[in-house]
Amino acid sequence: MKPTLGRFNRRQVLRGTAGAIAGLGAASLFSPAVFAAKIIKIGYVSPKSGPLAAFAEADDFILGQFRTTTKNGLKLGSQTYQVEVIEKDSQSNPNRAAEVAKELITRDNVGLILVGATPETNNPVATQCELEQIPCISSVAPWQTNFIARQANPADPKSWKPFESTFHYFWGLEDVIGVFTGMWSQVASNKSVGALFPNDGDGNAWGDKVVGFPPVLSEKGYKLTDTGRFQNLTDDFSAQIAAFRSTDAEIVTGVVIPPDFTTFWNQAQQKGYKPKLVSVAKALLFPTTVQALGKNGHNISTEVWWTPSHPYKSSLTGISAADLAKGYEQASGKQWTQPIGFVHSLFEVAIDALKRSGDPADGAAVAKAIGATKLDTIVGPIAFGSNKVPPFAARNIAKTPLVGGQWRLNGDRYEMVITENGQAPQIPLGGQMQALS
Amino acid sequence: MMDWLDVATQGILLGGVYALFALGLSLVFGIMRLVNLAHGDLIVLAAYFVLFTSSMAGLPLGVATALAIAAMFVLGYLLQRFVLERVLGDEIMPPLLVTFGLSVIVQNALLLTFGADSRRLQAGAFETGSVSLAPALKVGLAPLTTLVAAVIVIALLQLLFYKTSIGRAFRATADNPEIAQLMGINQRRIFAIAVGISLAVSVVAAVSLGVRANFDPSIGPARLLYAFEAVIIGGLGSLWGTLAGGMVVGIAQTIGARINPEWQILAGHLAFLAVLMIKPRGLFPGAGHDAR
Repeated sequence: MKPTLGRFNRRQVLRGTAGAIAGLGAASLFSPAVFAAKIIKIGYVSPKSGPLAAFAEADDFILGQFRTTTKNGLKLGSQTYQVEVIEKDSQSNPNRAAEVAKELITRDNVGLILVGATPETNNPVATQCELEQIPCISSVAPWQTNFIARQANPADPKSWKPFESTFHYFWGLEDVIGVFTGMWSQVASNKSVGALFPNDGDGNAWGDKVVGFPPVLSEKGYKLTDTGRFQNLTDDFSAQIAAFRSTDAEIVTGVVIPPDFTTFWNQAQQKGYKPKLVSVAKALLFPTTVQALGKNGHNISTEVWWTPSHPYKSSLTGISAADLAKGYEQASGKQWTQPIGFVHSLFEVAIDALKRSGDPADGAAVAKAIGATKLDTIVGPIAFGSNKVPPFAARNIAKTPLVGGQWRLNGDRYEMVITENGQAPQIPLGGQMQALS
Repeated sequence: MMDWLDVATQGILLGGVYALFALGLSLVFGIMRLVNLAHGDLIVLAAYFVLFTSSMAGLPLGVATALAIAAMFVLGYLLQRFVLERVLGDEIMPPLLVTFGLSVIVQNALLLTFGADSRRLQAGAFETGSVSLAPALKVGLAPLTTLVAAVIVIALLQLLFYKTSIGRAFRATADNPEIAQLMGINQRRIFAIAVGISLAVSVVAAVSLGVRANFDPSIGPARLLYAFEAVIIGGLGSLWGTLAGGMVVGIAQTIGARINPEWQILAGHLAFLAVLMIKPRGLFPGAGHDAR
């Protein structure tokens, strides 16, 4: 039996349908452009909830500003594009981050994804983007955690390959080592260092005998007491304190989560262990966590990626670092935090690349434009392909300046005082390093 | 020698912390056979309550704690009457799932209200103060107070169980709810009071947590793991057993850490497994008010 559909046979139906589709296609190609601008969709993944949520605290403020700035669309050549940002919550969960990235790509059809909140958020998103060939810009994680950890075999440097679509800018372990030793060299000490490196991505990288702290410290004449990788949320640090005491460590360093630093520091004081210098990363990132230490946070030092006193301004709005921080403090009633500048800068890099891409809908063109970025942003100059990064990573990685500072109690509020700028002299010093005791 | 004495002392003090966390859990399990997966989050909730009334509203820490104890008791009572009671029965899964859901709700409600910042209860010099027990043996005031608090809370609960009529009703309901009801005991009220007391006790744990280290809305479940181990090592439902269980985990952790800090947490878990292998029902099975 001949397959027929009512009065038409199969061929007629097919021919008719093809014609209709062609007609529809032609209609959407030519007519709406006159009335409605094209849309550029930017995906933004951040940990709005869960343990990493502090990184996303300024999102609403920054995105609100960005939406106001791009309200009238983005003019590229003769074409005006509407800019739409689609936010997704990673819930501080790497699996969820990968899932929402996939959703952004396949369901929302975004042309570009931005992400900037620790390797747990960045890496799964970047991995999805690389798979689907969607351009991705990430930040706020030492570059090693982005470039090396996402390689097929992170242990074998010979097998490392550059990425096609994913780009990352931040500082690296080598910078934080330089900043910490720079701070320590300002205070007379016996150069004996106690280390708190937990058993997580950061702790293992910092304690690594090849790329981490140990080789650089021994080269610079420091003696390191590393008691091994402890679990996060440890309730007792008496073993570490005893070990640091037995080697008379006058300097303590590490990369620990806030509750563990508090536990350690309280216990150290209860036991009368008083190092001269304490420089820790991660734990003292946010003013609230320093505030939580009460008076005991005074003069503890940390690495500083961005402050309101950084002499940079936004390429997007021209706003200075100081004014951006002030705006956030007024809008939220909270003290500024370091991620604010970096979240803002992600959108600067994105818009700059889209403008230069020629065609924002062409993923490959956008990726190429990101790779050619040379832009002065609110977090400092960002340029890919520079010689400050090892050659194998230069295509995908750009570095931003890193300095060091001490939290100083001013009345009952802590302020960040920059005390070490050896690697980025353009960022002004706020004072000299002071010993704790 | 002095070194190992220090290890043991720190372990015992750590045990006090774990026991205090575990007491509320042990209590509701002993009386109601309810495993409260939201216990850690309720402790964090209590910590935020104390934070709010002390740091933000300016009340002294002691007053804030007393207020929180009253508030959490009422919350526990209502929680049992309006939520948990509906799912308690022969099936073990529904109450587990409900408390799991409660845990998610409490975490997210706290995140919405207080944000993700890591917080702390301020106790001034008390946080870092210490006393010398021996020339080279310094003990922190805060951990010592925690241990003493745990012992006092257990002693008070034991008094309640064995010297009062409500305690008799608790024990009767734990032994056999049906017969207890025939004897005129209102099981619904007894259960609601038990959950209320459990949450009131959790305030003490919350204050110790808040003074000891930072807390944030999502930290509850992680802090609960050792509490579960303490309850099981001690023997389900035995309060002094829970204290002993906490100390087993605590001492195992400090000994493990002194050998190598990488083994600290593992040593606690190994001690837990060892106890389960030798005494599957815990160190003091049925030694408490509950002899089932």
